[in-house]
Order: sequence, then C-alpha cells, then structure tokens
Amino acid sequence: MSNLFSSSIGKKLIMSVTGLFLVLFLLFHMSMNLVAAFSGEAYNAVCEFLGTNWYALAGTAVLALGFIFHIIYAFVLSVKNRKARGADRYSVTVKPKSVEWASQNMLVLGLIVILGVVLHLSQFWYKMMFAELAGIENSISATDGAAWIKFYFSQPVVAVLYIVWLAALWFHVTHGFWSAIQTIGWNNNIWVERWECISRIFATVVCVGFAVVVLGFAIGIFPLC
Amino acid sequence: MEKNITVTLRVWRQENPKAKGEFKEYKVSSTTDTSFLETLDILNEDLVAKGEEPITFDHDCREGICGMCSLYINGHPHGPATKATTCQLYMRRFKDGDVISVEPWRSAAFPVIKDLMVNRNAFDQIQQAGGYVSFNCGGAQDANALPIAKTDADLAMDAATCIGCGACVAACKNGSAMLFVSAKVSQFALLPQGRVEANRRALAMVAKMDELGFGNCTNTRACEAECPKGISIANIARLNREYLKAKFNS
Ligand code: SF4
Ligand code: FES
Repeated sequence: MSNLFSSSIGKKLIMSVTGLFLVLFLLFHMSMNLVAAFSGEAYNAVCEFLGTNWYALAGTAVLALGFIFHIIYAFVLSVKNRKARGADRYSVTVKPKSVEWASQNMLVLGLIVILGVVLHLSQFWYKMMFAELAGIENSISATDGAAWIKFYFSQPVVAVLYIVWLAALWFHVTHGFWSAIQTIGWNNNIWVERWECISRIFATVVCVGFAVVVLGFAIGIFPLC
Repeated sequence: MEKNITVTLRVWRQENPKAKGEFKEYKVSSTTDTSFLETLDILNEDLVAKGEEPITFDHDCREGICGMCSLYINGHPHGPATKATTCQLYMRRFKDGDVISVEPWRSAAFPVIKDLMVNRNAFDQIQQAGGYVSFNCGGAQDANALPIAKTDADLAMDAATCIGCGACVAACKNGSAMLFVSAKVSQFALLPQGRVEANRRALAMVAKMDELGFGNCTNTRACEAECPKGISIANIARLNREYLKAKFNS
C-alpha cells in the first residue's frame, strides 16, 4: 500500500472514487428535487429532516471533502499532463471520431460545474442548512424550502444559468462515470461500450431530472399539489 | 492504376535536441503506388543531389512489425490510415497537389533528436523495469500440459502485437503511455508463466512510466483509435486492476 497515492494510477483512483461518490449524491439530490415537483409539503418535510439530522450533516461533510479532493486532484493531474505533452505543440491535429468531445474538455466542464455549485450553495445550502446551524436570522426557514424554490426559479436568469450548468454537468458525467469505472479496472472488451452507454443514460436521467424541476418551477406548474 | 502525384511536404526541421525547429516546404514528385517513406527517400535524394541536408526520420522493417517508423502526418500519428503504420502508408491516400504536414511525435518524454526522429528510449526503460519473465520456463512443453483458455490466449496475443511505436503517446493530449504499458503488462498477466511476477511487473513498470514524465491517462481513447495494432483500452483497465491488486498485496 506504500505510496499508492503518489503514483499516477493512485491519483486517478482518487478522482475515480470521489467522482463515483459525487454522482451517487447527484442521483440522491435529483430524487429529492422531484419530491418538490410533486408536493411542497413533502419537500419541506425532507428539508426539515435533513437539516436537523446528524447523519445528514456528517454526509454533507464527507461530500464536501470528496468534492474538494476531486477538484484538487483534477488540477494536480492536469498540470502534470500539460507538462507531459511537451513544449512544442502539433501544428495540425485531427481528433479521431471515436474520441468524445467531453473527454477532451473535462477540466473546463468541471470549472463550469464548480461555478454552478458556488451559485447553488450560496442560494440554497448557505441560506438553509448553514443558516440554521449558525443561527443566522432572516434567512429562509429550513422548513420552507419549497417557497424559496418557487420564488428563486421564477427568475428567468436563474433558470437559464441552471440549464447551462446542467448541460455542462451532463457532458462531464457522460465521460466521468465510465471513466471512473475504467480507472478502478472494472472493464473489458465487451463492457467498455456498455459502460459508455450506461454513463450516457445515467447522465441523461440525472440532468433531465434536475432540468424538469427547474423548468417546471420557472414556468410555474410545480408543485403539482 | 498507378498515377503520378506531386505533393508539397511541410516538414519539421530541427538541427538537434536543443535547436529551435521550424517547418520547411518541399515539392516532391511520386506515384500513388509509392509508399510515404519511399517518397521521403525520393525527396532526400533530391536534397542530397542539391547539397542540402537530408531529412532525418526513423524506419527499419518497412512492413509494420518493428515499430521504428513514426511521424505525425496531417494530424494523425502514422498518418490518416487506420490500423496501419507510417511504413504501410501509400501515396494513393493523398491527392495531387496536397500539402501534407509531417511532424515528429510531440511529448516531453520523447524529445526530438533531429528533424522527425525522436528518442523513444523511455519505452526501453519501461520494458527493462519489468517487461519480461525473469526465470527459466524450460523447453517447450507438451501441447496442453498447461491448459490456457482460448479467450485468454487470444487476449494475450492481441496485447503482444504492440510494436512499441509510441503512437499512443503521440496521440494522447496527456502524453500518457498507459496503452503501451498496459499491452506489455497484459501479454504476461494473462498467461501462467507471466502471472508469477505479475505484481512486481505492474508496480515496476508503472513506477518507471511515472518517473519518466509520461502523463496521466484520462480515458479519451485517442490512443486506441490511432494505434496501428488496434490495442484496446480494455488492456488499460487490466493494468489498473493489476496495479491496484499489486499495491494492496504489497
Ligand atoms: S499500444 Fe499501439 S500505439 Fe502504443 S506503442 Fe503499442 S502499437 Fe504503438
Ligand atoms: S518501419 Fe518497421 S513498423 Fe514501420
């Protein structure tokens, strides 16, 4: 086990495991949002439960750590990769058709995702969970997240920003998911195409799930009851 | 039918590893049935006749087996043909009047020696770190004395077709050598003779690869698409597996 994380494969393992953890979280978060689409009351009940539950808090801390490691190692690996490419660049390059666009642009896509996360945390997590923990007054009540969502997404700029964010997330996950599986080594000649397909399906389910909620609130049809 | 063809080659010229290189254009007449390397030979003869320095490029077998030829031609390592080496590239791939750009492999671990020739000694060093079986396996055994599943034998053979040309590194935006190393690790890891030293081999070869400054694979699959031998990235998954297993066991 010595110096696993100083090796190239060890560093990639960190990207892989934290990435898989983050996509699981996305799935969980998306399911929770769908609750808001159906019933404001049910969503508020979930918010209340998560805000006061120590397991949820511990989960948030682990999630934050996973996110931070994922970002740090993305930069560490990118810097090394740029150096490995050498100082002179090709004057003509043609990417083979089989190379996914997302796979070549993971860092940029990741940066857009981070910007979205910052915006999102400042509007939701800070005003709800953090405010409750820190006892900040005048914030939105953790028990009335539904009302806040309704107001927040009714602003067209916000809705558009979220859709752009989700598009970047979609591209990032289509490559990231199967890439994480490949890094763990759980792949072979047959499964390589299957995992890529599963990645696209997973990314589509998650991102469409998020987008439906954003758009539904933006045009005012949610919550349904 | 064989046709005459005149093309302009835009070739990277670089005096030595330290010198600043630049592109130079040369017009050369060839035929569609002439290979790309032969066309470079024709150009070199012209240059020598004119008293100019010929273009330095690597080649040896000229039949796709030794891995010596290289060249990044019109944006592709080994040129536009798939599953073929530069020495297997023919001028019929191009049109009369084409401008063809010819560059060396570009990667920090493969420094240019001169013109189009790069130093691929890093691959030899990785091989020397563990790409072999170090014990005596004895003479050829009786057939079927050591049963090996056909699927494993096929996968090992596929991995063993890697010719160590370095096109995977040249194609990779990260300058990663994972496809090469994975092929060299896989050809042994799949067979009983190679399993004995599998842990040591995976650890030593990856450590050497990291030390020599190759980049980290981000699974873009550009290597696999450009590899003249069609080495699959499934080998990279196997290498990851082998390496992690070896680390956890060590
Ligand atoms: S994996 Fe393919 S591209 Fe890389 S060295 Fe081997 S034969 Fe060449
Ligand atoms: S010269 Fe031997 S493979 Fe091309």
